[in-house]
Amino acid sequence: MIPQEFEYSAPTSLEEALHLISDGSAKVLAGGLSLIPLMKLRLAAPGHVVDLGRVPGLSYIREEGGKLHIGAMTTHYQIESSALVHSRCPLLAETAAHIGDVQVRNAGTIGGSVAHADPAADYPAALLALDAQVRLVTASGERTLPIQDFLVDTLTTALEPGELVAEVIVDVDVDGATGFCYQKMAHAASGFAIVGAAVRVRRSNGRVSFSRVGITGLAPKAFRATGVESLLQTPDDVASAAGAVADGIEANSDLAASAEYRCQMARVYTARALRQALARIA
Amino acid sequence: MSMATTVTKAETLVGRRLRRKEDPRLITGTATYVDDIQMPGMHYAAILRSPHAAARIRSLNVQPALDHPGVAAVFTGADVAGVGPVPCGASLPGLRVPAHSVLARDRVYFVGHPVAVVVATDRYVAADALDLIEVEYQPLPAVANPEKALEPGAPAVHPEWPDNLAFTYHQEGGEPDRAFAEADVVVRQRIISQRLIPTAMETRGVVADYRGAEKSLTIYSSTQIPHLMRSLVAQMLGLAENRLRVITPEVGGGFGSKLNVYAEEALMGFVAMKIGKPVKWIESRRENFQCTIHGRGHVDYYEIAARKDGAVLGLRLKLIQDLGAYHQLLTPAIPTLSVLMMPGLYKFRNVSADILGVFTNCVPTDAYRGAGRPEATHGVERMMDLLAAELRMDPAELRLLNFIGADEFPYATATGLSYDSGNYAEPLKKALDLVDYHRLREQQQQAKASGRLVGIGISTYGEICAFGPSPATPAGGWESATVKIEPSGAVTVMTGASPHGQGEETTFAQIAADELGVPIEDVIVVHGDTAIVQYGIGTFGSRGTAVGGPAVYYALQDLKAKILKFGELLLESSDVTFSGGVCTCNRTGKTVTLAQIAAASYRAMKLPPNTEPGLVATHFWEPPNFAFPFGAHIVVSEVDPETGQVEIKRYVAVDDCGKIINPLLVDGQVHGGVVQGLGQALFEQAVYDQDGQLVTGELMDYAVPKATMVPWIESDHTTTPSPVNPLGVKGVGEAGTIGCSPAVVNSVVDALGHLGVRHLDMPLTPEKLWKLIQAGGQA
Amino acid sequence: MHRKVPVQTTINGEPVEFLCEPRQSLLECLRDVIGLTGTKEGCNDGNCGACTVLMDGRIVNSCLVLGVEAQGAQITTVEGIARGNQLHPVQQAFLQNAALQCGFCTPGFIVAAKALLDQEPAPSEERIRLWLANNLCRCTGYDKIVRAVEQAAQELREVKA
Repeated sequence: MIPQEFEYSAPTSLEEALHLISDGSAKVLAGGLSLIPLMKLRLAAPGHVVDLGRVPGLSYIREEGGKLHIGAMTTHYQIESSALVHSRCPLLAETAAHIGDVQVRNAGTIGGSVAHADPAADYPAALLALDAQVRLVTASGERTLPIQDFLVDTLTTALEPGELVAEVIVDVDVDGATGFCYQKMAHAASGFAIVGAAVRVRRSNGRVSFSRVGITGLAPKAFRATGVESLLQTPDDVASAAGAVADGIEANSDLAASAEYRCQMARVYTARALRQALARIA
Repeated sequence: MSMATTVTKAETLVGRRLRRKEDPRLITGTATYVDDIQMPGMHYAAILRSPHAAARIRSLNVQPALDHPGVAAVFTGADVAGVGPVPCGASLPGLRVPAHSVLARDRVYFVGHPVAVVVATDRYVAADALDLIEVEYQPLPAVANPEKALEPGAPAVHPEWPDNLAFTYHQEGGEPDRAFAEADVVVRQRIISQRLIPTAMETRGVVADYRGAEKSLTIYSSTQIPHLMRSLVAQMLGLAENRLRVITPEVGGGFGSKLNVYAEEALMGFVAMKIGKPVKWIESRRENFQCTIHGRGHVDYYEIAARKDGAVLGLRLKLIQDLGAYHQLLTPAIPTLSVLMMPGLYKFRNVSADILGVFTNCVPTDAYRGAGRPEATHGVERMMDLLAAELRMDPAELRLLNFIGADEFPYATATGLSYDSGNYAEPLKKALDLVDYHRLREQQQQAKASGRLVGIGISTYGEICAFGPSPATPAGGWESATVKIEPSGAVTVMTGASPHGQGEETTFAQIAADELGVPIEDVIVVHGDTAIVQYGIGTFGSRGTAVGGPAVYYALQDLKAKILKFGELLLESSDVTFSGGVCTCNRTGKTVTLAQIAAASYRAMKLPPNTEPGLVATHFWEPPNFAFPFGAHIVVSEVDPETGQVEIKRYVAVDDCGKIINPLLVDGQVHGGVVQGLGQALFEQAVYDQDGQLVTGELMDYAVPKATMVPWIESDHTTTPSPVNPLGVKGVGEAGTIGCSPAVVNSVVDALGHLGVRHLDMPLTPEKLWKLIQAGGQA
Repeated sequence: MHRKVPVQTTINGEPVEFLCEPRQSLLECLRDVIGLTGTKEGCNDGNCGACTVLMDGRIVNSCLVLGVEAQGAQITTVEGIARGNQLHPVQQAFLQNAALQCGFCTPGFIVAAKALLDQEPAPSEERIRLWLANNLCRCTGYDKIVRAVEQAAQELREVKA
């Protein structure tokens, strides 16, 4: 339970950080909740760790151009407790509040979480439901990817060597017209999602005019359940629409839950989240 | 001689909710646990462990580790050939005891088996060097499931015993065959008490310090049994017992997992003697899960015979005990406790039990909170519910019908025990009143009618504790105490018990303060240092207060007799009483304080006839019997039909642990015990895969209950003093754990009973329940 | 000898400078380098809460923070909760309720509970349980701990009132 030796850098500017990671050999420390345990088990043994903790300007929450921009080093606690997030993107605040425990939320960052791409992490479900984009930067430029393209597979993202997550950009919901909810079945020991469902819905003339359903824990990577979205025509369709959440999905199966059970829990939690979201529409 | 003010205490300290004397150091972070010990020149050990459950070690090259800067030494199995085997203290007829070297020789038998030890100037270097050791393993077939291990052709854990049987054991009482032949009804059930990981919050740890010039070794270890460890480790190392000192600093929980002598204790002693420097080894949590003993691990086949009016006639048990790969200190003895306890609180006159002790390629099982008795209680309490269901009787009524009567004590059980005292109906009736049972049943019917899955579960338990009479224990079952009154009158109690959270620094001080009539602040309780404290047995099996307490009490009686003699001398009277901390002459009313008596006893200007100077008394107390606490727990639970998740709506525990010395401490023992029981019932299970890899290898996978996962516990008591000891105490450390799991499982079976569910094995995971609900109760 | 890095920090209100290897956790630095052994290692992977400390006002698992990350930070450990001999109301309430047995988890609980009450004067029972969900206790269950925190909260409110 002791990491191998490594060189440690704590850059104080983004340029310096990007330079330090430019050859792709360094590991980025952005909270450390996943990286440090892996290093202690020597399952990860980077020769060089670049700590983003001292890079100014990576921890922020601001509204710009109708979107919420959240800096990569913003902690889960900052998101869960931000008045701006509560008013403009309450789904994200609710999801952040479901992550792990207080100690985890105080140290963990949104950038660190998405870059780790744990298939049972909470954020991806919400980010999919929020049509999130991930802005990536390198020493030579930047690009922005939709979250579904950023998440590639279990513990695998589209991050290229030398690239950093700079910020996460999410849709803003105004005036309470959008119902939202994140519901999860948490693993009794780890608190990770056996399944988690993040949803946003809007209504118009008795019909569901807009819906987004993001699912985590069920599959090797979080996904947007477009089948559920298209079946959800009216509020009465919740059960049947949620019933489709696992259609065509190759579900995870492990000690915590078999594939069959996970699929069913995905249906149950999706339905619960949709019902609560519909009930929350102002 | 001056006149002292006579202090008459209105009430005793025993029985009061007093704060713990232990706590000021614990809440300020100033207590010293083994990992808090630092010494000049200290070295650090790291242990290389087998990644395989069964393998031959084909080659082992430690040279690269030895060459690593900062490494002082590396030792392997060949180097420790002179160290004696890891001891098994249990003896059963025909027991097969595998050779258990402190480091593997040519073969490994479970994942985590120690293979080599690296000693370095700091823990970082030691960890780095560990990775440099080259081992070539030839993996062998392994078996991790005890029933599979019994199948013909199963891999042999120890090649010399291809049937994997360490022992068989048979016990019976009465005429079980006749009882079953005459029964109106026989109910059978296979019941699993799954392997659990004790998970004391402090892992194990050892510091060993050898002083060559004195030829003396000091071992600091997080253990429950310092003196037994000294005897056994001295043997292993070939040391004279008086050259080995064992100190238990603060111990961060044990639950039986530190009621043991492990390879690492002798190994660190060996290392310290070899390198001539103090050495520290602290177990990682992963090692703790892989290498410290596990608990439970039963597959039990029960049969209960009864008349159709509900009277129980007989009980049969076939018990398959997963022993793991070796015997630790008490491994084979634990299931025999299940057999002793199998009749529970009921008048089973005819019982029969067979134990099959089975080797598997897993870490050994041994004592874990309750040690054999939770398994037995779980079995008999499940069987009583199955019988009640079969006879369509109320489970509370069935129990009340079959309890041993309050007028039948001492009661000789069919398993050879003599239950000391009891009134088994009383806690059950109290618990039924607390939950308003009949109304609760009505509410349950209403809830069920509306589709909710609400269940009520009852468990009434008894336990054998206060271990115990010496002839019935592997190592002597007495306990010792020395009470010293210093010349100033300050009182020091030295107990041979080794409390590690139970609070005997407080309860023993209460006893001493009462007996001597001094303020509790004047008393300190010392334990856990073999160089200071007289030989003792230790703290386990709910014996600390129930056996250690009487030893303190009797030492105090000896001391009081001596105090009285000095009082008579100083007051020049033969009509003197000692009370409230003073001796008073009943004729003149003159008094002399304990401090004055103490000073005079050490000054020794005059001595009473046939009396030595000083005020010190030692008593070794041999208990005439075990003590048998009992109680009733009732659980109301609700199962979410969509997910299978269980919510505990109410938890009521009525425990009878005899007389209570400090209710504040008893509350903590009950709560903690219940939460460990809830852990077994709902969450915890050590899972090995078929290759013997521990799948639940860390706290991310193994679900120890958290604050959010457990209900409030409504705790109450009845009080039936034990006649076994002068304090009337019975013991409470394991009660909550023993009473809990059947109450939970019975409640959930009750919630699902209308679906045809008869039985559920633990842990009651949501998926398990969901599948049953889906299948309409058919597993 | 490995290359060590100087770290300047403030621990329990006092400026502290220490040297550590980058791979040493804050927990190891506190215990082994600085000699503040009140903070405990229970699992070393962030799942038990025994190593909980306050870092810049927020509780963290010090086993998952590198010592070098503490540069410039304000750290409070269990040793810094009392004011001299004056126990903090949380400690007082743990004492009164005997909300501990072996005491190994206790430093983490006390630091976590203090942090809760610093920011929320009247937490509900549910809130207390959620806040303490990463702090495992194996001896005592949680009833007495939750009650102690409730009692400390009330005490603190009365002091402020």
